[in-house]
Amino acid sequence: MSKKNKEVVQKNRRIRLKRRKPNRSRVGDFFLYLFLLLVAIVMALPMVFAISSALKPLEELFMFPPRFFARNPTLDNFSDLFVTMGKSWVPFSRYLYNTVFITVVGTVGHLVVASMGAFVLSKYEFPGSRTFFKIVVVALMFNGYVTSIPNYLILSKLHLIDTQWAVIIPSFSAPMGLFLMKQFMEGIPMPLVEAAKIDGANEWGVFRQIVMPNVKPAWLTLIIFSVQRLWNDSAATYIYTEKRKTLVYALQQIQSGGIARQGQMAAVSVIVMIVPIIVFILSQSQILETMASSGLKD
Amino acid sequence: MSYIKKYFILKKHNFKVGLIKAKRSKNCYIFLAPYAILFFCFNILPVLSSIFLSFTYYNVLESPRFIGLDNYISLLLDDDVFLIGVKNTFMFAVITGPIGYIASFLFAWLINELPRWIRTIAVIVFYAPSIAGNLFQIFTIFFRGDIYGYVNAFLIRVGIIDQPILWLVNPTYMMPICMLVTLWMSLGTGFLSFVAGLQGVDSSQFEAGYMDGVKNRWQELWYITLPNMKPMLLFGAVMTITQSFGVCDVTMQLCGFPSTDYAARTVVSHLLDYGSTRFEMGYASAIATILFLVMILCNNVIQKALNRVGT
Repeated sequence: MSKKNKEVVQKNRRIRLKRRKPNRSRVGDFFLYLFLLLVAIVMALPMVFAISSALKPLEELFMFPPRFFARNPTLDNFSDLFVTMGKSWVPFSRYLYNTVFITVVGTVGHLVVASMGAFVLSKYEFPGSRTFFKIVVVALMFNGYVTSIPNYLILSKLHLIDTQWAVIIPSFSAPMGLFLMKQFMEGIPMPLVEAAKIDGANEWGVFRQIVMPNVKPAWLTLIIFSVQRLWNDSAATYIYTEKRKTLVYALQQIQSGGIARQGQMAAVSVIVMIVPIIVFILSQSQILETMASSGLKD
Repeated sequence: MSYIKKYFILKKHNFKVGLIKAKRSKNCYIFLAPYAILFFCFNILPVLSSIFLSFTYYNVLESPRFIGLDNYISLLLDDDVFLIGVKNTFMFAVITGPIGYIASFLFAWLINELPRWIRTIAVIVFYAPSIAGNLFQIFTIFFRGDIYGYVNAFLIRVGIIDQPILWLVNPTYMMPICMLVTLWMSLGTGFLSFVAGLQGVDSSQFEAGYMDGVKNRWQELWYITLPNMKPMLLFGAVMTITQSFGVCDVTMQLCGFPSTDYAARTVVSHLLDYGSTRFEMGYASAIATILFLVMILCNNVIQKALNRVGT
């Protein structure tokens, strides 16, 4: 091979490497993304519909043929909903406060407790560690419905029934959080941990300064899951006192008001839907951010 | 004789070594303790007690009475409705589970190469249905049995049918509709962990792959991407199993509880029927225990399959 030829080959190779994926055909890209676009439209349709029917005036909700989009969009349903809320026995902000309290405390506690456990399970080997993790994975599968009765008995022994803690404390130990954190922490190279130890950090230091900042994507993911779960938890089994009830529970009461409240019902489902999605949108952008700059590639 | 003695000496030695190791890693136990204690109280203890209850007659008011295997025997031999539930749950596990799992990965993988802002929108659109709470109730409006339902109205206008179909009351259509709705919501937890995991795959591996002659995107997927994604694939699999064996909210809220001819009954809604409506907790616990064992079995099979990825 001549020298010139070699140069050309190397140049080509360099160009190929610059494009991120040199082994893609344009036709394939086109059809795959067209397909993806179609799927995305179908997936989004029910959500768009929910929003548009919350904006419909009452007479449009019962129209034949039914229309997909509101012809005269109004916010009447939402204002009606606020009127109904204002008439409730307990001030509505109380329900909101309860849910926010449960969601925030439960999520923060879950994050701390689960990542501490996940940290030692993923980075150290000690008697019982493997067995414990295996049990957690198995527990991931037990259906929550049947354990609710024994759970109730335990909570009542601890005098936690009819307080928010009945929802908060069991949520700390959700097996999913630990599982998720451990799977991600496995990806942190052990030399990094050892280097920190040589520099004089103890376990707590390693955990707080090395491991946690580096698994930011994982804990954001955990926050999303936890918020979503706690926000949608109506807690009807554990909480009876009206002023301790959650927002979702109160909204469900409005929702079950029958056909006259069809419009408010649509407004309620939009409100319940929108909060977890907004939390997700906010933290999602952060996930991509931290992922791009995580700098752990060795 | 001496072998037995040696065996015990060995055991004793192992135990001592374990104890020393445990003492050395005292800090590890301190880290794990908060989680472990809560986990024991709210996960292990309830599971154990529900396994215990499955051998008893327990109606919540009286204390449980031990009846041996009676619950299991009547469940498997006499309960026709349970068998419908098993059949339906099996359908979910075999059809929507794998499709949802594969779709989750495929979509996560495809959007991974898109520019960032498009990817963000795509992730939100795909993931939103599964976190939107009870939004799937919107499908009761689509599939309403009268002419105001969107599907009926559309089909009548196009001329395929001339009478509205009772989508959610007619046993023929119940299961397909529930499956459709479940699929709509199936890009959930697993999908998100795939998206996050794919971003972490080291790009120099792809470069090495091009040098070594990886020809198309499918080879790249099989030899580079998938082996890198094993932990997330495992996580996604566990989530999918839990979800598809635990289907009940969708069928109960769309088709009613109980549904016509029990056509939309699943194992979990059967469990709820006995647990929270009839207060036969022993019987409900037996259902849960069976479900649990099947899920563990299924999980083991899938883990074995995932270990073969990329070979």
